[in-house]
Amino acid sequence: MTGNDAIAEAAIRAGCDAYYGYPITPQNEIANYMARHMPARGRVFIQAESELAAINMVFGTAVAGRRAMTSSSSPGVSLKQEGISYLAGAELPAVIVNVQRGGPGLGNIAPSQSDYFQAVKGGGHGDYHQIVLAPHSVQEMYDLTALAFDLADRYRNPVMVLSDGRLGQMMEPVTLHEVRSRPPPKPWALTGARGRKPNLIRSLLLGEGELERHNLRLQRKYARISRSEQRWEERNARNCDVLIVAYGTCARIAKGCAAAAADFGLKAGLFRPISLWPFPYRPMRRAASSAKCVLVVEMSAGQMLEDVRLAVAGMAPVFFLGRMGGGVPEEGEVLRRLRALAKTTRRRSHGAE
Amino acid sequence: MKTVLYKRPKSLTSVPTHYCPGCGHGIVHRLIAEVVDELGIRERTIGIAPVGCAVLAYFYFNFDVTEAAHGRCAAVATGIKRVLPDRIVFSYQGDGDLAAIGLAETIHAANRGENITVVFVNNTVYGMTGGQMAPTTLVGQKTSTSPDGRDAPTMGPPLRMCELLNTLPSPYHIERVALDGPAGVRKARNALMKAFRAQLENKGYSFVEILASCPTHQRLSPAQALKFVGGEMAAQFPVRVFREEGKAVNA
Repeated sequence: MTGNDAIAEAAIRAGCDAYYGYPITPQNEIANYMARHMPARGRVFIQAESELAAINMVFGTAVAGRRAMTSSSSPGVSLKQEGISYLAGAELPAVIVNVQRGGPGLGNIAPSQSDYFQAVKGGGHGDYHQIVLAPHSVQEMYDLTALAFDLADRYRNPVMVLSDGRLGQMMEPVTLHEVRSRPPPKPWALTGARGRKPNLIRSLLLGEGELERHNLRLQRKYARISRSEQRWEERNARNCDVLIVAYGTCARIAKGCAAAAADFGLKAGLFRPISLWPFPYRPMRRAASSAKCVLVVEMSAGQMLEDVRLAVAGMAPVFFLGRMGGGVPEEGEVLRRLRALAKTTRRRSHGAE
Repeated sequence: MKTVLYKRPKSLTSVPTHYCPGCGHGIVHRLIAEVVDELGIRERTIGIAPVGCAVLAYFYFNFDVTEAAHGRCAAVATGIKRVLPDRIVFSYQGDGDLAAIGLAETIHAANRGENITVVFVNNTVYGMTGGQMAPTTLVGQKTSTSPDGRDAPTMGPPLRMCELLNTLPSPYHIERVALDGPAGVRKARNALMKAFRAQLENKGYSFVEILASCPTHQRLSPAQALKFVGGEMAAQFPVRVFREEGKAVNA
């Protein structure tokens, strides 16, 4: 199945009660799939009048204590930022899918990873974080979407599945694991004040010091998430000549290149962040500490690169290969870069001797 | 024996409101609370408070209430009602929220015929932010952003929401009332009763526009503001039933 279909199927199996979306390429298959399958199961599907409306419908369903998802692509996700900030402020669980395309502006419909900053560093206003999961295969589109619903409920926090147009459109075999995910009790939800005091959901806190206390509590929650929810994959990541760091589509390309590099005698490893927030800083640093150098491959001008540099903290030189505006790094250009790095690292190690 | 003729509805808390003297919001809150009590739906009612003066409505209503981002009440109401169809969901919105920034959400929720109730308090100004021009500000009316009065050729004439929504086939009940005196308050109560009852009976979308005073930003005394509501405002926004039991009502 396609990556987009896998996301939709995972949401259905994870007990998504309502899906709200607005058409935008390259993620329309998600809404199409939901339109076919949600009403048939007695669940809610609405094609909203805008991305703003869609994210606020998600807000409403989350307020009611039910599981909700919306999906879009880059320009549409920009419109959702207001709602994501409100979800974070009001501590509401929600799943947001971004099948990224080229930007800025209307850009194009080719795959991109240029929304990393928006997804990971905030996007909307205020001091908040959303959990960001980055699949690199159709199987992971399925697995991580299911996981997103659990994490959202566990932390009462929005979770973004950050994918791209290539992963959304490509077809791969998927094992549709049974999803055991069931929502926890939500005593805070608005369901009508039957036999209890009224519940209130808000993000406006006007009392003296009230908002700062709320923010401090949010930061403690984010620290808890940072400790518990870092996810990553390593392949031959110890003692390598070049440690490639890549996520999503770029990680697939990097895997092939790392294997091919052995042919010209280069030991290339891979570090693949799966959770982009929280970013696996320490594991990344550990891996980089035994590498001669690090190469970040991204479909952006160098966004995750900043987090990699923070993680590596000067322990190894960090190089970058990026494509923008819908360009996807080809295996050939990554290998050329690896060959060049191979020469430099050899020279450097000879120099050291 | 003492007979109690007038007391606080169970759906209102005993918290004093923050509203200015002569403001219409307190009356509308009380009317909604009375209707919710009378229909016996307090424990299944979910309200949506807007951005604006009425954002703190949740301190005054004694049932579940959520905030919504500016203009997004109808979308939030949709998201709640669709997954909890047996609860009574209403949004409480001002003119800037409903008719400017939230116009798309307002029209599309009405057009989908969402089984929700929208209470629209029209006082012709943005109150919370200091009396700016609203989509419903009258031509010639002075506000902080139309200091020489609203100029129709450059700022457009006021939007008439009941008339606009009445062009859609889906709504079940559309009515405009004016809080210009005791008779107007009674009519407003009846309109709200019809609107909430429509939802209770799963009839579909109901919309009540309430013309209300804002002495502070209408730049009038409370008594003059009531005259403004029943006079100039009602002249621009005719007070009547537009849609009853799903059928258009002729003027």
